[in-house]
Amino acid sequence: MSTTVRPTSRTPSDVGRAAWFFLAPALLLIFVFFFLPVLASLVLSVTDFDIYAIANPPTTRFVGMANYTKLFHSPEFWQALKNTFYFAIVGGPLTIAVSLATALLLNAKLVRFKSFFRTIYFTPFVTTLVAVSIVWRYLYHTRYGVLNYALAHLGIAPIDWLGNPHWAMPAIILMSVWKNFGYNMLIFIAGLQAIPQDLYDAAEIDGAGPVRRFFAVTLPLLGPTLLFVSVITMIGYFQLFSEPYVMTQGGPLRATTSVVLMMYEEGFRWWRMGYAASIAFVLFVVILIATLIQFRIQKEHV
Amino acid sequence: MSRTNPRFVARGSGKTTEDYLPGAVGGAAGGFGRADSARTRRRVSQIVLYVLLIIGALIALMPMLWMLSASFMPTGEASTYPPHFIPSRITFSHYADLFTRLNLGRYLFNSALIAVVVTGVSLVINSLAGYAFAKLRFRGRDRAFRILSLGLVLPVQVAMLPLFLLMKNLHLINTYWGVIIPGMASIFGIFLIRQYALSIPDDMLDAARIDGASELRIYWSVVVPGILPILATLAIWTFLATWNDFMWPLIVLSDEAHYTLPVALANLSGEHVQDTELMMAGSVLTVIPVLAVFLFLQRYYIQGVMAGSVKG
Repeated sequence: MSTTVRPTSRTPSDVGRAAWFFLAPALLLIFVFFFLPVLASLVLSVTDFDIYAIANPPTTRFVGMANYTKLFHSPEFWQALKNTFYFAIVGGPLTIAVSLATALLLNAKLVRFKSFFRTIYFTPFVTTLVAVSIVWRYLYHTRYGVLNYALAHLGIAPIDWLGNPHWAMPAIILMSVWKNFGYNMLIFIAGLQAIPQDLYDAAEIDGAGPVRRFFAVTLPLLGPTLLFVSVITMIGYFQLFSEPYVMTQGGPLRATTSVVLMMYEEGFRWWRMGYAASIAFVLFVVILIATLIQFRIQKEHV
Repeated sequence: MSRTNPRFVARGSGKTTEDYLPGAVGGAAGGFGRADSARTRRRVSQIVLYVLLIIGALIALMPMLWMLSASFMPTGEASTYPPHFIPSRITFSHYADLFTRLNLGRYLFNSALIAVVVTGVSLVINSLAGYAFAKLRFRGRDRAFRILSLGLVLPVQVAMLPLFLLMKNLHLINTYWGVIIPGMASIFGIFLIRQYALSIPDDMLDAARIDGASELRIYWSVVVPGILPILATLAIWTFLATWNDFMWPLIVLSDEAHYTLPVALANLSGEHVQDTELMMAGSVLTVIPVLAVFLFLQRYYIQGVMAGSVKG
């Protein structure tokens, strides 16, 4: 861009100054209250910062990789990591499957009142997680819960959803699917609407039935949407915290203690902040690797 | 093969069926019998679709309907077998309890104050930055933007431990500001605005410059009116996210007087685990404001979800 074409005294450097003036509040806030703490977290994770250090920071010592060594020798940590993976690897695909199924239903041409149903399906997503976790805790009640009442009609004996270590995580997964599928559903609907009708017509003329059309046309063309949805769902699910905090307090027998819940307890209940920072950093690495893997898988299949 | 093939008509959309039906009935080999059975099949699949949709809707709504219903039940009625779905007698005593004995009005006020301030301030800060990234040329723009986008893959929990220590040093623990300040700028918000602001024509901005308008003036009277829809989206998004947020407020607010609704509710649910009806009334009060905002403004909100995601 040349300055001479403009019959004004304002030069690009004036505009540049204005731009930095516009950016300053946002960049300053994000740097000080997000990027800096993230970097500090890395530093914190190689110290023994604890409750005494909060009162008197100079007592903090550099401990090298000691927190990480301790972490990798801690059965509680491996359990938390396992629980988090369980939640993400079972809950993530399940949520995506339900989202895609409802999106296909809502995209069917025979259906009217689409926006009405879309609103209903999206509603759980906007509700307050803490509030609905409390509601579901009662729905899951072994004796009085609505869920066991419904199962009794199918001849299934009452399940101790939140009190049994084998059922607690499935219970949290089930609630999370209910809570979150609406968001992905919207994204899938947008993706489905972008697929040209001609392709379906052509496939139909070639004799492809509905199932074949789904696998030959819908799924491949939904690829980028699917990747996006998988990545954000996984990132979100690896950060599991409120559901177990409210519904099970991480129990029974630590069966629902997630990585973030363990970080919270170590850091903000026991104030072992150096140790907790190492948990946070491992979480970051896990999420990063999971994201990269998904990009890789996607690349191979397109 | 022609597109008026009866097979196509049978499975086609409502609109295309009407478009092609005359040709199909009149000219194609199928004849009336085929068209009739096609219509029956269409009707059957339509019924199946609606049954599935209605079952899905009931599942989606059931937890919230039960919550609402149980909040009006007399004490103990929600803990019976078989479960009650409709209160035998409607009582408002749990709501009264929450406001008189359990200080819920205070938490409602805290939540509303924090959500409104965060929404208002972040709207200004994010839109200034998003517009600058989209439309103003300056050195280092691309690099700054790339660094910022790295932040999207960082989980917020990674920042929380040092952020707590920072807030402690700033004496912001147990203050509204402790919750508000980290929410005042968001990378997601900047991205959303930037994406939308890219479509503002440069000519419009240049014309304003020729007229001698200052850059701030241009932002306020040219840019802001042009990006109103996405501002609405971001406002709703931010309000809901702030209202529903739990982990950071839980960490930074330890004094009850500053609790937001979700923090207070989680705390109450520990002490009052047996008072099902009371807890349901508390949940209703927590959820109602966000549901109201969503239902009234869902057009903007849903657009935002779709726009923000598809364009990435």
